[in-house]
Amino acid sequence: MALAFDLLVQIAQMLLVLALAPLLTGLVRKTMARLQRRRGASIIQPYRDLMRLLRKEVVLAENASWLFRVAPYLIFAATWVAAALVPTFATGLLFSWSADLIAIIALLGSARFFQALAGMDVGTSFGGIGSSREMLIASLAEPAMLMIVFTLALIADSTQLSSVAAFMASPEVGLRVSLGLALIALVIVAIAENARIPVDNPATHLELTMVHEAMLLEYSGRHLAMIELATSLKLVLYLSLIACLFLPWGLAPAGSDGAALLIGAASYVAKLALGGFLLAYFETTIAKMRVFRVPEFLGAALMLGLLGTLLRFVSRGF
Amino acid sequence: MSVAVILWCVASLIGLALTAIVIGRKAGASSIIYALSGVVSAAALATALVQLLATPGASSALVLPVGLPWLGAHFRLDALSSFFAVVVDLGGGAASLYALGYGRHETAPMRVLPFFPAFLAAMNLVLIADDAFTFLFSWELMSLASWALVMSHHRERDNAQAGYVYLVMASFGTLSLLLAFGILAGPDGAYAFAALRGTEHPFATTALVLALALMGAGSKAGVVPLHAWLPLAHPAAPSHVSALMSGVMTKVAIYGVIRIIFDLLGEPSWWSSMVVLALGGITAVLGILYAMMERDLKRLLAYSTVENVGIIFIGLGLALAFRANGIDWAAALALTAALFHVLNHSLFKSLLFFGAGAALTATGERDMERLGGLIHPMPWSSFAFLVGCVAISALPPLNGFVSEWLTFQAILVSPDLPQWGLKILIPAVGAMLALAAALAAACFVKAFGITYLGRPRSAAAREAREVDGFSLSAMFLLALLCLLAGILPGFVIDALRPVAELLVQGRLPDQAAIPWLSIVPIAESRSSYNGLLVFLFIAASGGLAAFAIHRLASRGLRRSAAWDCGFPDPSPITQYTAGSFAQPIRRVFGTLVFRARDHVEMPPPGSLAPARFHVDLRDLVWEGLYAPVGGFVGVAAERLNHLQFLTIRRYLSLVFALLVLLLLGLALWL
Repeated sequence: MALAFDLLVQIAQMLLVLALAPLLTGLVRKTMARLQRRRGASIIQPYRDLMRLLRKEVVLAENASWLFRVAPYLIFAATWVAAALVPTFATGLLFSWSADLIAIIALLGSARFFQALAGMDVGTSFGGIGSSREMLIASLAEPAMLMIVFTLALIADSTQLSSVAAFMASPEVGLRVSLGLALIALVIVAIAENARIPVDNPATHLELTMVHEAMLLEYSGRHLAMIELATSLKLVLYLSLIACLFLPWGLAPAGSDGAALLIGAASYVAKLALGGFLLAYFETTIAKMRVFRVPEFLGAALMLGLLGTLLRFVSRGF
Repeated sequence: MSVAVILWCVASLIGLALTAIVIGRKAGASSIIYALSGVVSAAALATALVQLLATPGASSALVLPVGLPWLGAHFRLDALSSFFAVVVDLGGGAASLYALGYGRHETAPMRVLPFFPAFLAAMNLVLIADDAFTFLFSWELMSLASWALVMSHHRERDNAQAGYVYLVMASFGTLSLLLAFGILAGPDGAYAFAALRGTEHPFATTALVLALALMGAGSKAGVVPLHAWLPLAHPAAPSHVSALMSGVMTKVAIYGVIRIIFDLLGEPSWWSSMVVLALGGITAVLGILYAMMERDLKRLLAYSTVENVGIIFIGLGLALAFRANGIDWAAALALTAALFHVLNHSLFKSLLFFGAGAALTATGERDMERLGGLIHPMPWSSFAFLVGCVAISALPPLNGFVSEWLTFQAILVSPDLPQWGLKILIPAVGAMLALAAALAAACFVKAFGITYLGRPRSAAAREAREVDGFSLSAMFLLALLCLLAGILPGFVIDALRPVAELLVQGRLPDQAAIPWLSIVPIAESRSSYNGLLVFLFIAASGGLAAFAIHRLASRGLRRSAAWDCGFPDPSPITQYTAGSFAQPIRRVFGTLVFRARDHVEMPPPGSLAPARFHVDLRDLVWEGLYAPVGGFVGVAAERLNHLQFLTIRRYLSLVFALLVLLLLGLALWL
């Protein structure tokens, strides 16, 4: 019985992130539009877009290979699995032990690997430019993320995200320098990983500075829908990650009953909304960087993460 | 018992090499030789596996009355050598299977056939050698056999140069090892490993042996800065031999490092781990940056071998650090991570070289800038190559991720170490490892994307055909093993337990006892990973999504011209190339590491001359180390040249003067 309940909670989380992902994207777009004094599309527009894309036929480039057709499903699956393993409203989910934070990061790496390959499959120059730059960004964002993971793991003595989140919610965590460094670095990495301003502009097409969108140019129909959904899921994943690590209040602990779970779900939705609003606000106030400024931006995250780790190595007190 | 079986396998391989000399020119000889090498390798593999799994911790020894007269030849198969024998014979068997198809295209079979089984035999012999003489003899045999294989296409451009550099570096390596063993043995000349093992050494001896072992075995493994020969020699050989050299011979070199540093040298000290860790970190990052800059597919793979050797060295360094401080379970974790990566790298690097060989057979090209679009004519080999690329980029659920994950776990327990040097160095090495892993993904997106995806960049790539069944079956065998080691890592970790117990006296928790086939290196609350579930989750959710969409939404599909933002260009030269793909990373990292400079020559307005672009890359290791040494040797040879043309009287007086000097030195010394 307990197992069935746990399974239910796990499935609920998987469906919740899937259901919320387009909503969050819609919220960010709407908020940005309002901040720019536009009316903007409805907040549920991303759902409509997805449904429309799903119903359309796929227009495939003549020399697209099997990889191009398989990649969207792989990208979606890897991102979804990763998102399902991050504690959203409850810690200690049934399968939370099957992958720790390092594995979650690496799963996103798998998704990106196939994304970059798919960008090169048709053999257009835009696809190549996107893949090449995406891998440059990844080559700095991923080590930075791992350094953040190191810092957190050394504070909580675990790389298991559930344990780390539970530790963060407990009073013994306290205020630490290394946590502050990790938070700043994590925000930078999250912005870069989700292709947001100032690293990349998610609203752009036909621009030589685009990175993420350049890899998707040849996609259409259901394939594009899968990738768009994966992109939204990734944003949810990073916001959930920041929320469960740095705003762990309201998270239902392992083995809690329905009421605690409901509270957890409500606070989770509130946290996502807050995160979405802050992201939109940040994006509105800042201009996009040149591509070769991005390494400096991410290098700062890497150094902050490394500094955090180093502090933890030097003394348990930081 | 089992060591005798391995020795018989070695003898049969040498017999096979001699047979190849006789029948090598006949039609069908290559099939016979490769088939028999494969069978013998399989037998040796089975023996080593049985020894490792059925009788863990046991060893089997044998003394033959050959070799040095007062010593004999000692052979022993313990847990460490049987694990490495599994790696070597698995690689050897797969290479033989691959060569059954690939070897048919060989233009000069007599330059390959006799040396291939001899190379396999020598590598097995290194692993079971239990005295310094046998070890060095087999080591040199291995070097020479592989040198002959490197030189098999000696008329091709640059190959003779590669062979020359390799020969010099191999001799240098063996010389270092010779001195290392000489110092270890001391004045008594106790050359059997059993006699070397027991003695305590003063600081100076330990430091000297460590340095010599790292130079000798490390140069064979490709540790920066002694890696220069590797990207020249490995690609020059036929592809199945490249696979053996990169995937397997570097592992034999790592075996040499482990045998000397962990086993023969006695208790490690913490500063020795600093050296190994620093070398590992630098090797990993530089190796993958070199690989990123490369446009020759096989050289790219060879440079990536350098990177992976660095990752293995990081694991070994951590194991040394923990062992020196008596934290044996953490030492076992780090050593298991390193050995797991040894197995993984041998699997996916052999696979990738087979893939490069397939592309080479199909097109005659190694230069990625002239390939492209091979996924269409070669769907099967491209799939296998893709599996290798995902595995080597350390992406779950394949095997490369597991060993890097274990290494990260070992790094995360290292704040317990008391030494300040290690406290500062290990986070930096961790960052280097993370950087190398991320760059490896970029590098293999490039390798696969430029070679197999996009549109063909030359006529040869357009007319490519899928390779033969033998080659494909070897590639798929290794791809399957990559997947299995990735989703069932617990079995590999358990198989490595006796090795860890032998070398660092520590043990990891029994992984077979953990439910759901998860792996838990330290404790459940701390970290766990389940490759099988991750694999199943991805397969299930991807399959489910595809099924649901095709069933409920749409399945319509129309082929059309590429969109490319409305500016499609029919010419394939507008695609991204290997060089342009690497440009952002070259600009960020290469300006420092390679002093990379882009030069653009713009003709003045009105001129009809083409604009030109070229990149200057400088290999600072070569310029800073090899070129000066080579230059010094050249100058010295020039200066000493006139010694050849002296009269007999002068020679006699020189000999006399030297004798006096030596005697004087002796008198002062004593």
